[in-house]
Amino acid sequence: MNDFGSEDRLRFEQLVLPHVDNAYNLARWLLRSRADAEDVAQEALLRACRFFRSFHGGDARAWLLQIVRNTCYSWLEKNRPMELSVEFDEELHLQTGPTPETIAIAGDDRERLTRALETLPPRFREVLILRELEGCSYKEIAAITSIPIGTVMSSLSRARRQLYSALANSSQGACP
Amino acid sequence: MRCDFADSLLQGYFDGELSGRMAAEFERHLQHCVDCAVELVDLDLLSGRLQVAQLYEAAPASLRKKIRADLHPVASATAMSQPLLWHWLAAAAALLLLAIAGWRVSPSLRTDDYQAELAEEIVDAHVHSLQPGHLTSISSNDEKDVKGWFNGKLTFALPVLDFANDGFALQGGRLDVVEERSIAVLVYAGPEHLVNVFMWPTRERDASPRVGSRQGYQWIDWRKGKIEFCVVSDAPTADLQQLQRLFTR
Repeated sequence: MNDFGSEDRLRFEQLVLPHVDNAYNLARWLLRSRADAEDVAQEALLRACRFFRSFHGGDARAWLLQIVRNTCYSWLEKNRPMELSVEFDEELHLQTGPTPETIAIAGDDRERLTRALETLPPRFREVLILRELEGCSYKEIAAITSIPIGTVMSSLSRARRQLYSALANSSQGACP
Repeated sequence: MRCDFADSLLQGYFDGELSGRMAAEFERHLQHCVDCAVELVDLDLLSGRLQVAQLYEAAPASLRKKIRADLHPVASATAMSQPLLWHWLAAAAALLLLAIAGWRVSPSLRTDDYQAELAEEIVDAHVHSLQPGHLTSISSNDEKDVKGWFNGKLTFALPVLDFANDGFALQGGRLDVVEERSIAVLVYAGPEHLVNVFMWPTRERDASPRVGSRQGYQWIDWRKGKIEFCVVSDAPTADLQQLQRLFTR
């Protein structure tokens, strides 16, 4: 960051730093670990800083989240490659069981939702997090995840279905 | 049994992403497809559940600290730019003054060091917010918009109120992290000054307002309905008291 002038830094602080929460939240859900999320979010911010000159305005949040996402994936590839290759087994998970609504009545729902979200493959987890927690539009999701906008809709559909079945599964004690 | 539309149009319709024509087409389909109608309700329930569960996790203070350190390496401390130097001095001065204020003005703060520390950090956050671009993450005078932005980011029900008719126009809001806790901040344009209203959940019982004031920064802190409030500004104390009364009326 030696060539990072004070003017650049001020602009970076104004445009990018307000989105640190968003960066951390996405990393936390993609990596399923707060400690790893902190390291990777920091690395992503450094990377954003290094390439800040290549950012020519527009949506700073989407730009940063794209960098966070890519940093998370390369971290996963290096540290937990298995996670990226495991596909959610729909046959196994799509069992009929109590509906999520009946499960919601008992127990700590936050805990249950967290565990269910974490069983989803990263590529489905990320569209759900971006849509439901970040409130991103399909266009923003497409930009952040580099998937075609038409695919966003079907990915969300599959992700939501997987979340349902993971929730149904957890209530049957199938998940540890 | 799922209908062919369930994977495509249904999601877009639920997320409000369909064009007017497509939405109308899907609504026609909904009139005779019970499966889609049911799934629409399920999607809404799931989404509501995700919101209620407060899954959003704000960045911890330690991460912010590390990023700050990355941005301002010690080696370049002497080359600190003017606005940053000013910010540092202002923050340091505010901390010192509040420490003194906590000691001298309010005996209750003296016995409650944690409270005093928090108040200091809050004035620090106030000073920080005055830097360009730091004031609001959501800029709107619409209560619904601002409340919507906070959705999923907080563990308590935030009272978002616009007091434009009483001289305090809502400007927007943001999330600050103070003492490793997420604090919701509403920003108001008062008669002459910007005011930050910090709010966070507390387990303590209600407490009447405590006023602190030193060289430019005034703050009033109170607790009501398991929420702690702290308004900070360089506005006259009377203005802050007016805003405090608006919140508690």
